[in-house]
Amino acid sequence: MIGQNIARKGPDVRRYSWAGILLAIVAVALVPHFDPDPYLISVATLAFVYMGLALGLNMVVGYAGLLDLGYAAFFAVGAYGSAILATTYHWPLLATAPAVVLMAIVAGLIIGGPTLRLRSDYLAIVTLGFGEITQITANNLQITGGATGIFDIPPLSLFGWQLLQPVDYYYVLLGMVVLYAIITWRLRRSKIGRAWLAIREDEDAALAMGINTVRYKIYAYVGGAVFASLIGLVYGAAMTAIAPTSFGYPESVLCIVAVLIGGMGSIPGMLVGGFLVEAVPEALRNLADFRLLLFGVVMVLVMIFRPQGVWPAQSMRWAKRLTGAARPADVPAAQGEDLGS
Amino acid sequence: MTFLTGQIIAGLLVGAFYAMIALGYSMVYGIIRLINFAHGDLYMVGAFVGFSLFGVAGAVSRNGMLVAAGIVVLVMCLVGILGVAIERVAYRPLRRAPLLSVMITALGMSLILENGVLVTPGWGSLYLVYPVGLSSQGLTILGYQLTLGQLELAIIAIVLMAALYLFVQLTMTGKAMRAIAIDKDASALMGINVDIVIAITFFMGAALAGIAGVMGGMYYGQINYLMGFDLGLKAFTAAVLGGIGNIPGAVLGGFLLGVLESIGGGYLGSEWASVFSFSILILLLVVRPTGILGEKLGARM
Repeated sequence: MIGQNIARKGPDVRRYSWAGILLAIVAVALVPHFDPDPYLISVATLAFVYMGLALGLNMVVGYAGLLDLGYAAFFAVGAYGSAILATTYHWPLLATAPAVVLMAIVAGLIIGGPTLRLRSDYLAIVTLGFGEITQITANNLQITGGATGIFDIPPLSLFGWQLLQPVDYYYVLLGMVVLYAIITWRLRRSKIGRAWLAIREDEDAALAMGINTVRYKIYAYVGGAVFASLIGLVYGAAMTAIAPTSFGYPESVLCIVAVLIGGMGSIPGMLVGGFLVEAVPEALRNLADFRLLLFGVVMVLVMIFRPQGVWPAQSMRWAKRLTGAARPADVPAAQGEDLGS
Repeated sequence: MTFLTGQIIAGLLVGAFYAMIALGYSMVYGIIRLINFAHGDLYMVGAFVGFSLFGVAGAVSRNGMLVAAGIVVLVMCLVGILGVAIERVAYRPLRRAPLLSVMITALGMSLILENGVLVTPGWGSLYLVYPVGLSSQGLTILGYQLTLGQLELAIIAIVLMAALYLFVQLTMTGKAMRAIAIDKDASALMGINVDIVIAITFFMGAALAGIAGVMGGMYYGQINYLMGFDLGLKAFTAAVLGGIGNIPGAVLGGFLLGVLESIGGGYLGSEWASVFSFSILILLLVVRPTGILGEKLGARM
């Protein structure tokens, strides 16, 4: 690959980047020690939720190029699955994690299995339908508590430690975001990741190169589902109560917007995007009705004028410089040693 | 048995709306291979524009049918122009861009329409009672109580859809649309002005959605800024059911989905009707993704 040699960074650059990332994590981890406003902690915790969701959705949209418009449904599968097992069947919350992962995989296979064989726009509309089905179901079943949802979700306990404070969940979610970032970063540089990017850039060419495109698309879709479901589990524990309104179409749209603003395929971009979709509406609280309007305008403008997002994946940045092309998919699949993407 | 007949007739009425919206999806998809997510919201915008115009004109019973017809035509033109504007601003710059970018733009347009209506003074988020209702004079078909107004709506829908079909089959512009659907570049080489024909397609689809919106407002009696979302999704299902890109298919799919949903909802409870429709969509994509009348279409493009 031509791009690889040009884009490879020197060892010094790489060491500095690592130092920077570690420093940033330590700084964020130290924030609660300065006794900030509890409001700040709760906003930050929700920002981590969106960052985690964005990192998961990035695999689907950013890497494999599949549009998932019902991503919040998997978030709901995790939150409801764990909450029902923990409240109705009295499982310890942590023990529900394997069950939740299994549910997410099954749901992902049911939706993705048939749809991913078709043109990618069918996935968008089917996932949209799936998101609706999930919310309607949660709203109408007895076991999900109907419109009021589920209360008194027990706290997570790790090795005998009960996580009761909001700050505890700040740390748990921060840890998950870091873990998700590392996993997706490693995945991106693996055989699977290369296959995803090949599919995103040109599915027919990928198929001609012997990549089983359907299988890799299912990996991306199911992987994203598992990521979202685990975030959902922790979200339920952090909030202690869940209701269907937290898992609707607007939430799925927010996840897409986070991926889009950040820059499809870029890991630091997901952190920026996840932060923005939580922080901007908080800042504009008295303009709540304008929130989705604003995001709609942003989506159209980003796609027309800056499809690579605010913090582009480096493969795109380098490739853009090489070819002068403006759009990610117009450029040849030049994949650099992109530490940050 | 009467229950079943009743559900089928109710389903056919709702199916007429599905069919009208499905036509717009299908035409746009046929010509530029785009699922226009904003299309369902054009139906909603049509309902709201009609709401305001009827409000300005006052009660129609005093002004007569002519005013009502004038308002409906005006709504069709306004929503049609809106559809063309959306195509011009949001889709045309991305015509050569990857599918993902265009779909995201379409999604953004849908959000802009929904939330634009939400923040417009006088419209807002509450359910609004539609100023015009339907003639409530009753008549009985196969033992099912039906109002004259409902029957009128169904007839208007069928006439419009037939007119559209004839337009696409018989006129020069219709022929150009069909040519572009087959090969856009070759059509341009044959001297067809592709941009204008695409704009006309958007105008016709949007105008049809607009009048469907007014009819939907009359039929349901109330409107809301999110009414287009669910309906758009179902209309898309209808379009796929009949075979997307195919005009008679969209109509057939609309009526069929309306009936299936009505029967399914009748037995499972109406809150499950939507779940039933979406399950049909997912099942259909497994069994026969080309739909009932769909031609063999490439799995991917």
